[in-house]
Amino acid sequence: MDWIVPLILTVITASTPLLLSATGELITEKSGVLNLGVEGMMLIGAITGFAVTVSTGSATLGIIAAAIAGMAIALIFAFLTLTLMANQVATGLALTIFGVGFSALVGSGFVGFAIEPLPSLHIPFISDIPVIGPILFGQDFLVYLSIFMVIASGWFLTRTRAGLILKAVGDSHDSAHAIGYNVIRIRYMATLFGGAMSGLAGAYLSLVYTPMWAENMTAGRGWIALALVVFATWRPGRLLAGAYMFGCISVLQLHAQSAGINVPSQFMSMLPYLATVIVLVIISSDVTKIRLNAPACIGKAFRPAQ
Amino acid sequence: MKARFMKRTAAALATVGAMALGMGTAQAADPLKVGFVYVGPVGDFGYSYQHDQGRKAVEEKFGDKVKTTFVENVPEGADAERVIRQLAQTGNELIFTTSFGFMNPTIKVAKQFPNVKFEHATGYKRADNVATYAARFYEGRYVAGVIAGKMTKSNVIGYVGSFPIPEVVRGINAFMRGAWSVNPDVKVKIVWVNSWYDPGKEGDAAKALIDQGADIMVQHTDSPAPLQVAENRGIKGFGQASDMIKFAPKAQLSAIVDHWDDYYIDRVQAVMDGTWKADDTWHGLKEGMVHMAPFTNMPDDVAALAKETEDKIASGDIKIFEGPIYDQAGELRVKEGEVAPDGMLLGMDWYVKGIDAELPK
Amino acid sequence: MIRLEPRRQHSQKMIYLSPLLAIVLTLISGAIIFAFMGKDPIEALYTFFIMPINNAYGVGELFVKATPLVIIAIGLAMGFRANVWNIGAEGQLTMGAIFGGGLALAFYDSTSVFLLPGMFVMAAIGGAFWGAIPAWLRTRFNANEILTSLMLTYVATLFLSYLVYGPWRNPEGFNFPESRAFPDAALLPIIYDGTRVHLGAIFALLIVAGGWVLLTKSVVGFQLRVVGQAPQAARHVGFRQKRMVWFTLLLSGGLSGLAGMFEVAGPIGQLQPSISPGYGFTAIIVAFLGRLHPIGILFAGLVMALTYLGGELAQIGLGLPSAVTGLFQGILLFFLLACDVLTKYRLRFGSVSKSGEPA
Repeated sequence: MDWIVPLILTVITASTPLLLSATGELITEKSGVLNLGVEGMMLIGAITGFAVTVSTGSATLGIIAAAIAGMAIALIFAFLTLTLMANQVATGLALTIFGVGFSALVGSGFVGFAIEPLPSLHIPFISDIPVIGPILFGQDFLVYLSIFMVIASGWFLTRTRAGLILKAVGDSHDSAHAIGYNVIRIRYMATLFGGAMSGLAGAYLSLVYTPMWAENMTAGRGWIALALVVFATWRPGRLLAGAYMFGCISVLQLHAQSAGINVPSQFMSMLPYLATVIVLVIISSDVTKIRLNAPACIGKAFRPAQ
Repeated sequence: MKARFMKRTAAALATVGAMALGMGTAQAADPLKVGFVYVGPVGDFGYSYQHDQGRKAVEEKFGDKVKTTFVENVPEGADAERVIRQLAQTGNELIFTTSFGFMNPTIKVAKQFPNVKFEHATGYKRADNVATYAARFYEGRYVAGVIAGKMTKSNVIGYVGSFPIPEVVRGINAFMRGAWSVNPDVKVKIVWVNSWYDPGKEGDAAKALIDQGADIMVQHTDSPAPLQVAENRGIKGFGQASDMIKFAPKAQLSAIVDHWDDYYIDRVQAVMDGTWKADDTWHGLKEGMVHMAPFTNMPDDVAALAKETEDKIASGDIKIFEGPIYDQAGELRVKEGEVAPDGMLLGMDWYVKGIDAELPK
Repeated sequence: MIRLEPRRQHSQKMIYLSPLLAIVLTLISGAIIFAFMGKDPIEALYTFFIMPINNAYGVGELFVKATPLVIIAIGLAMGFRANVWNIGAEGQLTMGAIFGGGLALAFYDSTSVFLLPGMFVMAAIGGAFWGAIPAWLRTRFNANEILTSLMLTYVATLFLSYLVYGPWRNPEGFNFPESRAFPDAALLPIIYDGTRVHLGAIFALLIVAGGWVLLTKSVVGFQLRVVGQAPQAARHVGFRQKRMVWFTLLLSGGLSGLAGMFEVAGPIGQLQPSISPGYGFTAIIVAFLGRLHPIGILFAGLVMALTYLGGELAQIGLGLPSAVTGLFQGILLFFLLACDVLTKYRLRFGSVSKSGEPA
């Protein structure tokens, strides 16, 4: 049974970047903004985090810079879609094209650099407890942050006034505006939050998961994060389950191959995608719940009436 | 006066023509223009990166006698033909297309530009103006196998594969023959990640293999991620494509390095000398197209054995696929006293007997 | 402070002027970027926008590149109008290529004139089948099509990979991952000698025309427009949302499938692991850039295609890395999308004016 602990550790690492960016995107979408540029924002975060860490020697600065860079690029998106009311879907895709190019340009000077991975928590004795020690008390800072952000987002959306306002803006921007809320400003903040979280997710890739920079190193994880928000039916708790399920199946199929299972590897690689669809189908069958959670105004431009 | 006007007009027209073709202004002695087509970004620190190192070596060697151009991130679909054609059209006299998926487009464009010389990496179609070249990376893998056979304690090798193409299958066979030559108990576990380049997934595959008992990590994917995982988990492994010691100072035993510099310089020189021919080049350790990175993190006797193996392969004393070789089904593929011909190696789609894994078909 | 005031009607003038404005802005910012990269801005812009199409072959390539984008975007636009978010066109394209290409491989020594029409039908069926799955899951189980269509894209790509690495591998191809070359009877004829423009380009134009007729002259088109503009009203009028979901996903899936078949039976000529550089995703941008209107999509597809060709030439002619071309492409799209707003709104500087009257 001693393979279980490392397996769980692998799953945690594989799931954390998905969880970080999906949490950000969930809040963004809850405010009624659909930003398909997660992949681009993650790449910007990855190169910024890596470049700053290499240049300053401080991973903390790198992580902060990655979050700021994610916000900066999300700001471009917000300005285009919220102020200028450009189409959100197309702008998000354009943001990804931009992010891939921009990160590659900045990153060309950082190819082949190696850094120390982000240190993990180590509490004497407690972290050494078998099984729960390394899993619960032996992770790096970003893993705890990702879990904390999920819980905080859930609390924010259901228990705080600000969260209720955010949801109101996402569900009916006209009524929210009529009551006197500044729809645009709230959406700006939600979009920037999404950018910061995607930036952190990128930094997780380039500082922890595989401590290096290479072009396009996200390899499509931004898209998975987007899908996970839908999968979670816009509920943070389910996001946690979804991200870990996806990570778990991705890792398990590798384990199954290694153990010598005789199925073409392409079919094994399909499993996480198929499982996500199947589970979504099961949880979606309850129509009423989905309706309550999906932001009604998602993707729609808002312009305050004069 | 009139003559001068004519001359000027002609010069102007020539300039316009040159610009239209993207050649810019012509220099006194025209440099030889050499084009490169890469499937990935030069920033991948893997396959395309190494080809670009070769391009830079050409620039360094010939200075302003050459002008190199590269196009990166070229998809292996409808776009490749256009890119190759544009390179030919803009005056490149020698064009390297560095990925298997560029084979058919290269052949098509070569027909339209009989005066341009093409070099296609890892393919099998040639023409009067299309040469092919590839490296015998499997020779390096045999050396790695010998080291692994000596170094492993669990007798389980973890192998991260990209796709089950002959090149990779050949590599696994060569590696295991090397390992068995010093340690007949070695077993291999193989995970296919269905990607040449996905650092996260490659790393996860490495972790899965380690969790199942592997204590030596071998990869046939492009990123340093599996080796980083090896470093992190305190086991040993091999670098791929380039020397990855920076990423794993305590884990890298050696690396199988792609070294295109000499070949590219030779071919450019051949075009300059007018001796270029549409050859099929398959170079290995002997010619230096495949390098072994320094043998590190191992006892001296193992390093000496590795060096000896490397030298013997280069000199031809060790023939990696020398019979008798049986495949997994027990069928005799190479008879005793014979060596597998290159044609068999090129299309290798079977594992040698003793490999305890099913080859995806 | 910049503000936007709504126009009472969409400005006819701005529909045509705003793309021009976007292009001017792009040229200016492009010139700045290229100058910053140490390149002559005029030469760089010339390389990017004019050189790709200053000869017949180049124009042909523009059509080759735009064909799949336009065909897919027409189908997607119908769905987007009805709020059906099919973002899995890439997978539907792949399935179309598998179905259509599969027929060509099954009859690899055929010379029949019926082979190509058969491939058209199979490709449309394959793509529509892959679009039908999200439609079924949405209408029967209420599962969101954004997720299902996207996930099925990965499945389709892996399935193609399985086929060309395994059962459909060329038996004479030294076990490399590629199928046999299609027989001549399965290849789309070239319609202009000396280029690669194939029959698919004609079909793209027909599909544009068909899309225009569907949208403006048919009952379905009317429904699509109403659903898009006022979903509540549409519900009251009793339009069947489910029927819309089925119709748009089958249509966009089928068209994407055709586009995939055109790629493999056109410029590629066989099945191989990678057949599309993300046309299914790029077409989403094209659909919106074209304002979800078939004629607009045609132009948007050509512009998008031009930026790819220009990006390649910028690498060849100027030695710019592909990163710069991606960056530039992104900026161009930002401007195009942002300037679009001028068709619906007018720009105001300074403080709030009292009324929305034109000044």
